Amino acid sequence: MFVLTLALKSLKNRSFTVGLTVLSIALSVTLLLGVERIRRETKESFTNSISDTELIVGGRSGAIQLLLYSVFRIGSATNNISWESARDIAALPEVEWTIPISLGDSHQGYRVMGTTTDYFEYFRYGRDRALAFDRGEEFDDVFDAVLGAEVAFALGYELDDEIIIAHGAGQVNLVEHADKPFRIVGILRPTGTPVDRTVHVSLEGIEAIHIDWRDGAPPIPGLEISADRARRMRLRPQQVTAVLVGLESRISTFTVQRSVNEYPEEALLAIIPGVALQELWTLMGVAERSLLAVSGLVVLVGLSGMLTALLTSLNERRREMAILRSVGARPLHIFTAIVGEAGVVTVMGVVTGIAMLYGSLFVARPIIADRLGLYLEIGGISRYEWVLIGAICVAGVGIGFIPGYRSYRYSLADGMTIRV
Amino acid sequence: MTESARTTGSHGTAKGNEAIALQDVTFRWPRSPSPVLDIAALQVDRGERVFVAGPSGSGKTTLLNLLAGVTVPKSGRVEILGQTTSAMSGAKRDRFRADHIGLIFQLFNLIPYLSVIENVVLPCHFAKSRREKACQRSGSTEAEALRLLGHLELDDPSVLKRSVTELSVGQQQRVAAARALIGEPEIAIADEPTSSLDADLREAFVKLLFAECDRQKTTLVFVSHDRSLATLFDRAISLPDINRAGN
Repeated sequence: MFVLTLALKSLKNRSFTVGLTVLSIALSVTLLLGVERIRRETKESFTNSISDTELIVGGRSGAIQLLLYSVFRIGSATNNISWESARDIAALPEVEWTIPISLGDSHQGYRVMGTTTDYFEYFRYGRDRALAFDRGEEFDDVFDAVLGAEVAFALGYELDDEIIIAHGAGQVNLVEHADKPFRIVGILRPTGTPVDRTVHVSLEGIEAIHIDWRDGAPPIPGLEISADRARRMRLRPQQVTAVLVGLESRISTFTVQRSVNEYPEEALLAIIPGVALQELWTLMGVAERSLLAVSGLVVLVGLSGMLTALLTSLNERRREMAILRSVGARPLHIFTAIVGEAGVVTVMGVVTGIAMLYGSLFVARPIIADRLGLYLEIGGISRYEWVLIGAICVAGVGIGFIPGYRSYRYSLADGMTIRV
Repeated sequence: MTESARTTGSHGTAKGNEAIALQDVTFRWPRSPSPVLDIAALQVDRGERVFVAGPSGSGKTTLLNLLAGVTVPKSGRVEILGQTTSAMSGAKRDRFRADHIGLIFQLFNLIPYLSVIENVVLPCHFAKSRREKACQRSGSTEAEALRLLGHLELDDPSVLKRSVTELSVGQQQRVAAARALIGEPEIAIADEPTSSLDADLREAFVKLLFAECDRQKTTLVFVSHDRSLATLFDRAISLPDINRAGN
């Protein structure tokens, strides 16, 4: 169609200002799609804070509460479960592996978690990702500790540094287990999950620092047990806070869940983490939606930038339109040319924006993975993103109707009068 | 003035040989109490070359808008090539203008981002009849543009390659003339086309324009305040003389 060719040539003639408009649209498209990607990945990462774990078993309380302390290290357990119960669960025929965890202590605000070396073997997060060591190795001695990536980074710890564990959680006025320091033997790679903010020690270590405590109170002077003595005591855990359970087959999840919930010797609660995580995520839906709303507004700003550019160029181009009218162009032709121009600018902006998105993803991916442990998948454009892109294109052409209509009115009023 | 407008006063307009016929035409801007144009009668024969003299403010622009069918009169009839354009819808008048009328303005006639040839062939994109006539004559619209530019002494390849904004005003006006005449429109209307030209270039431009109008048997309405050119035309009309409004 000739008027569109004309519109293209006119755009080319004003390539600098058009380029700026295209760039502003491109930036807003990049931002919108980028936010959408990060939102999706955050959700993915959150709901996969723990994966391949079919059940989490803890003392009887609420499902969200159990999830919060066992996965996110938020809050604390009201009831622990006995080591015997944990052993019984591990012995169930459907169970492939169990990871007992013991919480309650902290270091500089970071939670300390007692567990077994099975943790490093079986724990999975994200899309079936296993824990990996950045430096060092699993704990072996009673007083060995393995740090999450953020703990090591934030506190500047290195291998072989010694840390003191405090009793309870929090950052101030805690009684410290100063007589039994732990040696850092391993630092994990970032995972983007609460693992990054956890100090891992063995269950025996947790037992050892409390060996001389009585009823939650520090040892009476004279009754202390030294670290060396504790190490030789061949300690066995009495209690754990929760048990992560992996099953031979996912099909038996509900059977095992029921039998745990009906365990006669102790009041236990088994939850399916995937379901609970989804529930928890919906609580954060407001934040998620407002993030998207903000980037939607950015697109609106980009498009109104185009509207401004079109409207200001319109006044300069009244002469051009009068010439076109004089050679036989009808007002509808002028309208089509302006709307077509808006459409071309929008599409160019969207295409540039998508190119910029992928470019920045490639650049930012290693940095984000390294710093945040958020592993961005660089996939194709999702159906939802296509909807967003389509909406932007429609909005761009729709916005073109405003200057299009104005120029239509101009060309009717001006006729062929050349305004200089 | 050799002769002022032939005023017939009758309602019967001669059929067939008149390119333009105005009858009791008045025009008034909205919200304006008095008309800017009030012409009892004005006829221009086919193939005639008419000079319309008028200082600014004499209703010149309004007359041209009426002739080109951009506006319609408040009352009276405008007949162009035997058709009453004053009774046509806006879209129909647009199409009629595209098919039958070529226009040249005083200044800034050309679209800056199009080449010389692209500027000349513009009307052929909006009027099928003119495209067909151009192709019939030279094989393609571009060839016809080159032929016309040749007649207007503007077919130097180095000139054609230049951006239209780099052309001299005289060259620009000749490109505009070629554009007005491509596809053999029956009527060419020129609004002060020579006002921006040097005196010695004016006559040359008018003569080139005449030669091409003669070749195509185009009726020419030439509006200018420069009466020195009037003697070159078949007939000269003084707009203040025939416009009963104002003054």
